[in-house]
Order: sequence, then C-alpha cells, then structure tokens
Amino acid sequence: MSGRELAFWADAIIAIMTALVVILHRNPVVSALSLVAHLCSVAVFFLLLDATFLFAVQIILYAGAIMVLFLFVVMLVDPAGEGVAGRIGRAQMAITLGGSLVLLLAMGRGAAAMTAGSPAAADLPAGYGGIKSLGRLLFTEYLFPFEVASILLLVAMIGALYMGRREAD
Amino acid sequence: MIPTSSVMIVSAILFVLGLVGVLIRRNALVIFMSIELMLNAANLAFVGAARGLGSMDGQLFAFFVMTVAAAEAAVGLAIIIALFRKRRSTDVDGASQLKW
Repeated sequence: MSGRELAFWADAIIAIMTALVVILHRNPVVSALSLVAHLCSVAVFFLLLDATFLFAVQIILYAGAIMVLFLFVVMLVDPAGEGVAGRIGRAQMAITLGGSLVLLLAMGRGAAAMTAGSPAAADLPAGYGGIKSLGRLLFTEYLFPFEVASILLLVAMIGALYMGRREAD
Repeated sequence: MIPTSSVMIVSAILFVLGLVGVLIRRNALVIFMSIELMLNAANLAFVGAARGLGSMDGQLFAFFVMTVAAAEAAVGLAIIIALFRKRRSTDVDGASQLKW
C-alpha cells in the first residue's frame, strides 16, 4: 500500500466521521462547523487525485464563501436548535437505514466492476488538474455550459434578493 | 495509486450519509447541509473517475456542480430565512400549508 493510498484511507475516515457529526448532532452550529471540516477533507481527496485547482476552489468557494453564508443563517435563525432527530418513529428509522444500506451495497458492487487500473502519475498529460489546462477546456469545449452557468448565477442572485426582501406592509 | 473503485466506495458512503441526513432530520438547515454532503460525494466521484480515465472532463463537471451548489445555497438559505420570518421556526414538519 503506497503512502498516497494510506493518506486516502485516513482522509476517508475523517470525512465519514465529520459527515456523521453533521447529520447526527442536535446543535446546528456544531453541524455547520463539522461541515467545514468535512469540506476540507474532501479538498484533500481532490489533492490526492491530482485535481490541484479544484482543491483550491473547494477551500475558497465551499469552506470559505458558502460556509460563511451557512453560519450566518444558522446564527440568524434560533441557534438553540429545535427539530432534533429522535422524534421520528423506530419503524421509519429502520426503513431509512435498511434502504440506505441496500443502496450502498448496490453502489459498491457497481464500483467494484470499475477496477481497471488508473494511469500512474507519470503517465498523466502535462499540467493535469492545473488551472491552465482546466481553463483551456472551459473556454473551448465547454464554452456553452460556462455561459449557461453565468446566467444561472444571475438568476439565483435575483431569486435570493427577492426571497430575502422584507415584507412590505 | 488510489484505485478508482475505492474512491467510488467512499463517495457512495458519503452520499448515503447525506441521504440519511435528509430523511431523518427535521431542521431545514441541517437538511440543507446534508444536501451539500451529497453534492460533495458526487463531486468526489467525478474527480475520481477523471483520475481513473486520465482525462479532465470529470473535473470540469465537478466545477459546474460547485457553481450550481453556490446558486442553490444562496436561494435555499433565502427561502429558509423567509420561512423563519413567517413561522418563527425552521421545522419542516410545521411548514405544511401547501398540503391539503
């Protein structure tokens, strides 16, 4: 087992633990802070998979911008936390967990079929995962989705402003 | 080298954790965070597949998923704030006016 693989599994344990805290903790503030840790662990996954630019974007955009927004709203709406898990019935919980387990096994089985050897780091094209090659692809082959994304962001901004405005009475 | 199948298995585990979070929680904010967990699991699968195939298209897809996630976070959090203004609570069980 190579060092990179070892780092991958250590990071996987961190990612799963922090994800568990996000969904199980009764205090939303703790959930949000645990989500920051989870997003950073996913960023480390990107680094281990040679996606250096996405690693930077994940930290700046997700762990930075989106999480600030989240924490702001968590603090704004009653941080004491209502809606704690545990009010749901045992049968509902059993069905949810059982169904999820079946789904997980099916996905794992599908993944096991994809065991074709991935290319070694030396065989990757030069600049793989860097900002230059990503940008070139973004502005040539994926130019149309890129423009659509800009419209989507504009629409989302207008929608958020509309939803968040004060009721005129 | 990290095998693509291990990346997919970790991604599946994280996705299912997010799914369970959406199903068992009643606080709109935590449900929202669980959706982010699922989006990140999908991103991980995209990047893992891109690495396994030696192409960069998967990374581009992950990039677009991040854009959509940012837009979704802005609109969704605005909806949660509007809901909280109306009802003084973020409990999704209580928000059932549209149900007849």
